[in-house]
Amino acid sequence: MGTKAVVNRIIPFSSVDGPGNRTAVFLQGCNIDCKYCHNPETRNLCVQCGACVEQCPAGALSRGVDGGIVWQEELCVQCDTCIHVCPHSSSPRTHVMTAEETYRKVQKQIPFIRGITVSGGECMLQPEFLTELFRLAKEDGLTTLIDSNGMVPFWDYPELMEATDGVMLDIKAFDREEHREVTGAYNDTVLKNAEYLARNLKLFEVRAVIVPGLYDTEKSVRQMGAFLAPFLKIKKFRIKVIAYRPMGVREIYSHYEVPSGTYLEYLAGILREQGFEDIIII
Amino acid sequence: MRDISMERVNATREQILEIIKSPTLTHEQKLTNLANQADSLMEVLDLPEGLNELLNTDIETKCICDLSEGHAPVRPRYIVPDYAKFMKEGCSFLQLPPPADLLEALNSLLIFYKHVPSVTNYPVYVGQLDELLEPFMDGVDDAQAKRLLKMFMTHVDRTVLDSFSHADIGPKATRAGRLLLEVEAELEHAVPNLTLKYEEGVTDDDFALAAVNCALHSAKPSFANHAMFKKELTENYVIASCYNGLPLGGGSYTLCRLILGNIAKRAESIQDFKEKQLPYVLDIMARYMDARIKFEVEESGFFENNFLAKEGFIHRDRFTAMFGMVGMAECVDILLQKEGKEGRFGHDKAADDLGVEIMEIIKDFNDHHVNPYCEVTGGHFLLHAQVGLADDVNVTPGTRIPIGEEPEELVDHLLVLSRFHKYFPSGTGDIFPIDVTVHKNPEFVLDIVKGAFRKDLRYLSFYSSDSDVIRVTGYLVKRSEMEKLDQGRAVLQNTTGLGLGASKNGHILERKIR
Repeated sequence: MGTKAVVNRIIPFSSVDGPGNRTAVFLQGCNIDCKYCHNPETRNLCVQCGACVEQCPAGALSRGVDGGIVWQEELCVQCDTCIHVCPHSSSPRTHVMTAEETYRKVQKQIPFIRGITVSGGECMLQPEFLTELFRLAKEDGLTTLIDSNGMVPFWDYPELMEATDGVMLDIKAFDREEHREVTGAYNDTVLKNAEYLARNLKLFEVRAVIVPGLYDTEKSVRQMGAFLAPFLKIKKFRIKVIAYRPMGVREIYSHYEVPSGTYLEYLAGILREQGFEDIIII
Repeated sequence: MRDISMERVNATREQILEIIKSPTLTHEQKLTNLANQADSLMEVLDLPEGLNELLNTDIETKCICDLSEGHAPVRPRYIVPDYAKFMKEGCSFLQLPPPADLLEALNSLLIFYKHVPSVTNYPVYVGQLDELLEPFMDGVDDAQAKRLLKMFMTHVDRTVLDSFSHADIGPKATRAGRLLLEVEAELEHAVPNLTLKYEEGVTDDDFALAAVNCALHSAKPSFANHAMFKKELTENYVIASCYNGLPLGGGSYTLCRLILGNIAKRAESIQDFKEKQLPYVLDIMARYMDARIKFEVEESGFFENNFLAKEGFIHRDRFTAMFGMVGMAECVDILLQKEGKEGRFGHDKAADDLGVEIMEIIKDFNDHHVNPYCEVTGGHFLLHAQVGLADDVNVTPGTRIPIGEEPEELVDHLLVLSRFHKYFPSGTGDIFPIDVTVHKNPEFVLDIVKGAFRKDLRYLSFYSSDSDVIRVTGYLVKRSEMEKLDQGRAVLQNTTGLGLGASKNGHILERKIR
């Protein structure tokens, strides 16, 4: 017990991180590099270079006695200067917390929430922390969801799977090479994870971010649907078709076309023909 | 009846002429205002000493407000007829037999509504529509039923010209209830207001989710904590007017309100407020309400002569009265400031604690004040968190946290409210504009409702941040109608004018979006 994680943010009430009202916990650090990442400051752990300290207009950042970066939350004005000047795609606005400490921040929302969702960054980089956090949540009857890019094999963590009600899995492109183009990594593990989770009744939702011009989105959606459709017989799951939006995206990647509502409906139609019923367009 | 000066008569005549010539008032609005002017010349109530100084002064110093009830009440403020009795037995005064099918039921209700008086001259309660209509739904298919319900609801919206008018549904799901929600989501009307009596385990989730969906389209229904209301008022309660819990087949004689912030201004210290200033005003307001009730019951003749009472649609002994209050936030902030203490209502535990202590004083006073004509509520008034008036400036409704000062996180907001809602059986409520992405996740709203009711919240309203119909304080208006009125054009519903005032003085368009 007592495993610590770098927590980027806790959103007490979230309507977009799974069913109903949930507390969403965002962990710092990711293992891939999606071009359209809308919170790139969660990608890396802070290397304590101090580039942000002088630039902070509110004086909320300073160098601590141990050389680390100290963030005084009460002084922070959330202007985001620090994350814009960070040369390492990181953020000084994080807290190192144990699972117990994190859970205490979740408990405050009971009974208004039905569950907890952990996202990132990539939360599966900290599986021991997740297991501890979810066990605590289960004691209070909360449901537990993981939001993951699927790059870490879930089958390696049976205890975590035991404490997890479901996974919301990104399939950022179905084609192997295209996935590499989008994220810098191949998707072999992602697809194996999809099958593993489906067979173990843990696949809650699959998400595809639609970025026309970055990869062949129609082909990808069609192939993904064909691959996933057989698993619907085991247990139904939701598909979320998410429009690329430039908000928060790094400037060099913020030029992609935002797909139209009509096009997203068209993609949803393909999935519907393949047998999916629960399709949400966002 | 006491004499009044010729000067006052002439001042009133000036106002009457102004009303007659008004370019923006509709004919119905002129009639109502003319009647109010006539009533203002009356002096028949046995008023308590000290009232004048607390009542008849400007909004900066006024401590008691009687919400335009007039000088000689001709009827109770809020009347809650037993429409189920009407459906079963018909009405001899209106020469209507009991309806035999859905068409007759809807037609009979529309006729009846035109004969239910109130402070607004329109019915503040139009019935538990799902239960009233469900017996007539057999043999009518969904498409036909929806067409009829649409015509019925549109008729109400265009003839009940005041959104202090309420229909109820729930707690149990019915076909009529579901179709009403579908119709209301499509119509996006301001009138009538609508409440779902909700109880976890009794109300089906899919019915409650249909209600959330409807609310995100038309800012209604609101959600009432059924378990809480029925414990206080028995199963025979309704939600009427803004969000007022009242006994069915009765209503409320009167509603007066304390303006707590202005009472705090009179105090030297917190102790002075609690021990002298507040008890002084509480006593005068209670005796003022007693005087109004005495006139209504003993002199007005309403309960002897009106067909509603004569035929048993209402019963004199099912009436109570609402002991209202506004401005808890200003009151607490002013008192803390006077003592040089830090803290703001809604943000600091010490401030909220003071608010709770003040509520306990008001509750204790009311628990000991006896009115002989409030038998239905144990001889006591019911506390009420009043929603404010259009011309209130720096007066926050009831115990709400002021707009612009809402806590950053909704959970913190709800936890403050959970300390106050329980004091108000005759109504309180909070309103939350919701980000449109929630349209994709109505369960988000339902989870909040469930949690809130477990935490003793009483009444919650939601609307979508991009909706045309919005909830002002308790009632609904259309943004598009307010814009018309603001351009100097006459509009149909009286409450549009109140909404416009509240958007300018009460900042209701600036609520924090959740």
